[in-house]
Amino acid sequence: MAAIELRNVVKTFGPITAVDGLDLEVPEGICLGLLGPNGAGKSTTMRLLTGQAIADSGELRVLGHELPGEAKTARGKMGVVPQLDNLDVDVTVEDNLAIFARLYRVPDVGKAVDKALDIARLQERRRDAVDQLSGGMRRRLLLARGLVHEPRLVLLDEPTVGLDPQIRTELWTLIGELKARGTTILMSTHYIEEAERLADEVAVMHQGKIISRGHPVELITEHAGRLTAEVYGPPERLAETRAEAESRGLAVRPAGPAIAIVGSEQADGFVPDDAVVRAASLEDVFVLLTGEEAE
Amino acid sequence: MSEQTMRRLEPTAIAGVMSREVANFRTYWKGTTFSSVMEPLVYLLAFGLGLSATLVDEVNGVPYIQFVGTGMVATAVIFSSALPAMFGTFVKHRFQNTYDAILAAPVDVEELVSAEMLWIGLRSGTYGCVPLLVTIAFGLDPAWGMLLTPLFCFVTALGFAGFGVAMAATVAKIDQFNYVTALFVTPLFLVAGTFFPIDGLPQGFQVVAQANPLHQLVELVRAGAFGFEWADIARFAFLVVFALITWRVAIHQMHKRLID
Repeated sequence: MAAIELRNVVKTFGPITAVDGLDLEVPEGICLGLLGPNGAGKSTTMRLLTGQAIADSGELRVLGHELPGEAKTARGKMGVVPQLDNLDVDVTVEDNLAIFARLYRVPDVGKAVDKALDIARLQERRRDAVDQLSGGMRRRLLLARGLVHEPRLVLLDEPTVGLDPQIRTELWTLIGELKARGTTILMSTHYIEEAERLADEVAVMHQGKIISRGHPVELITEHAGRLTAEVYGPPERLAETRAEAESRGLAVRPAGPAIAIVGSEQADGFVPDDAVVRAASLEDVFVLLTGEEAE
Repeated sequence: MSEQTMRRLEPTAIAGVMSREVANFRTYWKGTTFSSVMEPLVYLLAFGLGLSATLVDEVNGVPYIQFVGTGMVATAVIFSSALPAMFGTFVKHRFQNTYDAILAAPVDVEELVSAEMLWIGLRSGTYGCVPLLVTIAFGLDPAWGMLLTPLFCFVTALGFAGFGVAMAATVAKIDQFNYVTALFVTPLFLVAGTFFPIDGLPQGFQVVAQANPLHQLVELVRAGAFGFEWADIARFAFLVVFALITWRVAIHQMHKRLID
């Protein structure tokens, strides 16, 4: 049984179609990265899965429960780590966890809180109010709160958005540990590196649809080939090179001050001598497929 | 977690949401309790002692300070129920994203709203009794009927908590509470019969005052202190109906606000 099954799901907000005929299946035990630019429909998909948004049409099933009718039962078996910090800041670390252990009907609240504190590595700060914690500690606590009932499925909504690199690495370690325990994870992100590091499979979402899906290496091979050549120079030269590459059927994308000729191994001697040739990346795939700059 | 499909209005879900309120209350109870005791004391000194010394000796045979003191229960109830429900709900939803966190757990909007109302009802039911205790300290004779005051306050506070939650789910901006306060809260507070008997008002106002839950609460609290009548059953039933209506309206409005 798949942990998540979405079939032809549509969700609109007035004239805006946030999710547009979405098909998504997440088998148990994998970490699927939902990669897409801002506004791709990732957060709406997450809200549909928790029953906080109701689809206009389509079928949704989470851990065997039909949504939205059985959303409450499904929520009891999944953990959610939100994009925004919504901890109770005046309340102690352990009380924040205990409240959610009760909401999830955990029979032994004390034991669950202890386990979650171990996960967050916050045993020594358990009696401190949340507003006394550092940003990294708060994010770890937010993650631990979503795991306090040992869920089978965890939804991570942009888990490291806006965090500095050190805190991001700390969070990645925790998510890696969660993966190692066999928990099914659906993680929305717009960070390429996060998806590459953590996800067993990546689904690229754009304008409310999954436009490509696979293991990161497979996606790179399928859409970007083996090599990418980055060409630097004045705008006229870049425009000229771009036009020439496109006339030869090569995919070209902007790459900051340069242009990147994707799949340059097939360029047949066209690549300029001063180009910087590197291995094709998931970022190349992301930009080619979505037309958006990667982060 | 049970494999069975969860039911509506589960006591464990409601208790879980209330446990969050209790945990937060432990961090600010001193300030709330201080103001809940000081406010009626100041009002009693200003209106009760001030007016009774200069203008009014008694109302319908009741010393004015006792008339105001018993009426102040309603003031304490509306200010500790409608206002926290309005501002607290708005802040938790818009600024703290608390409800997003709670609704990601196995709790639905009906349980969330019920828990918020129950918590405010219990708190307000307790604080509502403070003016009565202060008035006893100022010479009001204790009566057995006063033991029902927490219940009257609780039911009224439930109604005003539902009103506050519904308003919080309806307004677009926090400043719009100024309209709610000016159009509803202040008039209800002033024509409740707290400071003067409503039978001195023009006929139209008297009819409106009868539909004011705060007036019914004032009458019930005074009845508890000075003697019940059969009509008090109808007054209590009115408050129960008021609470039931605002509960359902609050759930409806919050559902619209929280579920896309």
